[in-house]
Amino acid sequence: MGTIWFCLVAIMLTVYVLLDGFDLGAGAIHLLVAKTDQERRQVLASVGPVWDGNEVWLLASAGTLYFAFPVLYASGFSGFYLPLMIVLWLLILRGTSIEFRNHIISRVWDPLWDFLFCVSSLLLAIFFGAALANVVRGVPLDASGYFFEPLWTDFRLGEQTGILDWYTILVGVLALLVLVMHGALWVQMKTTGPVNSRSGKIAANSWWGALILTAAVTAITFRVQPQVQENFVTWPWGFVFPLLAIGGFAGVRFELVRRDERKAFFASCAYLTGMLTSVVFGLYPLVLPARNPVYSLTVANAKAADYGLKVGAVWWSLGILLATGYFTYVYRSFAGKVVVAKDQTHP
Amino acid sequence: MEQALDVHRLQFAFTITFHYIFPQLTMGLALLLVYLKTKALRTNDEHYNRAARFWGRIFGINFAVGVVTGIPMEFQFGTNWAAFSRAAGGVIGQTLAMEGVFSFFLESSFLGLFLFGEKKLGRIGHWWSAFLVWLGSWLSGYFIVATNAWMQYPTGHRVDSHGQIELASFWSLLLNKWVLWQYAHTMLGAVQTGCFVMAAVGAFYLLTKRHESYGKTFVKGGVLVGVAAAILQLFPTGDAQGKLIADNQPVTLAAMEGLFETQRGAPLAILGQPDIQNHRLDNPIEIPSMLSFLTYKQWSANVRGLDAFPQDQWPDTIALLYYSYHVMVGLGTIFIAVMVLAVLMLWRRKLYDSRAMLWALMLCVPLPYIANTAGWMTAELGRQPWLIYGLMRTAHGVSPRVGAGNAWFTLIGFMGLYTVLGILWLFLVYREIEDGPEPDDFSHSEPAIAKAAD
Repeated sequence: MGTIWFCLVAIMLTVYVLLDGFDLGAGAIHLLVAKTDQERRQVLASVGPVWDGNEVWLLASAGTLYFAFPVLYASGFSGFYLPLMIVLWLLILRGTSIEFRNHIISRVWDPLWDFLFCVSSLLLAIFFGAALANVVRGVPLDASGYFFEPLWTDFRLGEQTGILDWYTILVGVLALLVLVMHGALWVQMKTTGPVNSRSGKIAANSWWGALILTAAVTAITFRVQPQVQENFVTWPWGFVFPLLAIGGFAGVRFELVRRDERKAFFASCAYLTGMLTSVVFGLYPLVLPARNPVYSLTVANAKAADYGLKVGAVWWSLGILLATGYFTYVYRSFAGKVVVAKDQTHP
Repeated sequence: MEQALDVHRLQFAFTITFHYIFPQLTMGLALLLVYLKTKALRTNDEHYNRAARFWGRIFGINFAVGVVTGIPMEFQFGTNWAAFSRAAGGVIGQTLAMEGVFSFFLESSFLGLFLFGEKKLGRIGHWWSAFLVWLGSWLSGYFIVATNAWMQYPTGHRVDSHGQIELASFWSLLLNKWVLWQYAHTMLGAVQTGCFVMAAVGAFYLLTKRHESYGKTFVKGGVLVGVAAAILQLFPTGDAQGKLIADNQPVTLAAMEGLFETQRGAPLAILGQPDIQNHRLDNPIEIPSMLSFLTYKQWSANVRGLDAFPQDQWPDTIALLYYSYHVMVGLGTIFIAVMVLAVLMLWRRKLYDSRAMLWALMLCVPLPYIANTAGWMTAELGRQPWLIYGLMRTAHGVSPRVGAGNAWFTLIGFMGLYTVLGILWLFLVYREIEDGPEPDDFSHSEPAIAKAAD
């Protein structure tokens, strides 16, 4: 039962990254691809009706994690206290930027929100990457089952390391590059004109950066977290996950050259899915590795009692089935390129 | 405030109080939007569609702030209350996760369609989107109240040998006898906020002689739904909640009422300041034997005062609890009076011309917010010193490794951010009210006028 929930939470988080990933990426490139007010409204319209629903996947994943692995939720969330609070503040800034911007048209109002939307999206991408890297690297859990990490110490991978060290920052930058690519592909698919061509270029350029960093981070990760190598050796079928990532990544390049915008975006989805599932596969059965392996949280010692997990499986399946239905309907309703009114603002 | 525990409590209290400003309006308005869309469907009058679009814009602003301030609530269970989450996550995580899976997906998906998809959906489809937004927001309320109800009256669980609290009966958790009354009482409070806000905006339009046809619609809708909610708030829901507290949290009842001494024919204190040191109420104004009657329907019934319980079982902020409860009940009584009077005047066709009554409706607008906040403070302070009533004390639920310094850091951050957010929210909502339901005619956000201004 624990393993099933491990997979379900992993799937939910992957869906979250695929969906909110594109609107985070779109935010991060917002100021680069859109210069005029009309162009900026194109970018915002491409994520406007869906960003909130996308973010719900984060909330629902957190909720699912909470009831399925209460021990992990308690240790992880209190240990990552500071970065999570900063993530919350950034989510607040970002949400209000999107929602408040179009209420007033003024030379001081919308540029401010455009800037905040861009900066908060960018920082969120880095923080999410760093958070994932923290889980892979492991944390100083002790016999009490808790830990606390400051934001940074000496940026080295040692006993005293904080949330940010060179490894977690590197993964943060990778996450930013990858989500920039993902978001740029989304914006390209949803827009026309200069925004479309600029985001195409950004996607193509960030692809190279992502290529180099993906290779580097993968190599380093095998050293940082020995469990990963162990898992791939024990269960060689697990190589399907990295193969999916490689296939998707090559697909992005291929479809960009062929100028198939939809397929390029979906290839990026495959790449992201491959990357995340590889990490999750590499960590299993660990859910939060400790520096001292004795204190590591695993599926077995972090999960809730079986009765709750069984009941949860029933309502969760029903709920996710419904949610999939709504999402299909909503995305269909807003399918196709966005159309915004001509420049409605200051000349 | 050197103790980390106090800072964690203050942060949760601050963030939840600020957050609840928004959902109480959106849950109430969601119902009123269904009312307006139903009117539009039945009368085929564009007037009601415009009215619904106007309230949809205000709903959208409030919803956005509600969403972004709501995410920290779920996270804080883990970040600030880790020991509680570790022990009880297997139970309350169920209802919290169900909120995400069943209501947030529904609400967020159909709100997007409600706000952006009116043309695409058509008349019937748009009504359905309003209905589903209502359903989502009220489901969300149910799961949250069910979570709280379990903390007030834990049931359907079992404690294992390691002190882990695990779920033993899903339906006992979901259909806890506490949740049914608490939910009804909470939702009626939200409906009252929605009604008072709608009626106040209507009164504002009538008093300033703008958008008067809409003013009448808003005042009428607000008071008609509001009068029902105000009465049901007191009876049966408020009364039933009181009974549950008397039966299951008797020490809380004594503290709420400021009853220090156990007595037969206990009086109901209307005014008076609790003196905790000397265990008495200063300058009390009381109705003799009323508390006994209200609690047990018997004038001479014996009601246990605080003296019947050991001091370590007393709520730790008796004075604040006493005031929260009295403010809630006092305001609730005023709401009934205002709404009944307004409905009588509506019936006699005098309401729209009575400046005094319109002024009263307009000035009432902050009061339901205060009453709802005071109500939640009564529930939460009344549960103290327990985090889970009878199972876990608040002092034992806090995150062991998050010190006061880090908690202050984030509390100050939230205070700063929420101050800015609160100002922007008031500003934007006021602008929407200024623009009115027919922005085509008045808006300063329209292109032609904006260009001229430039």
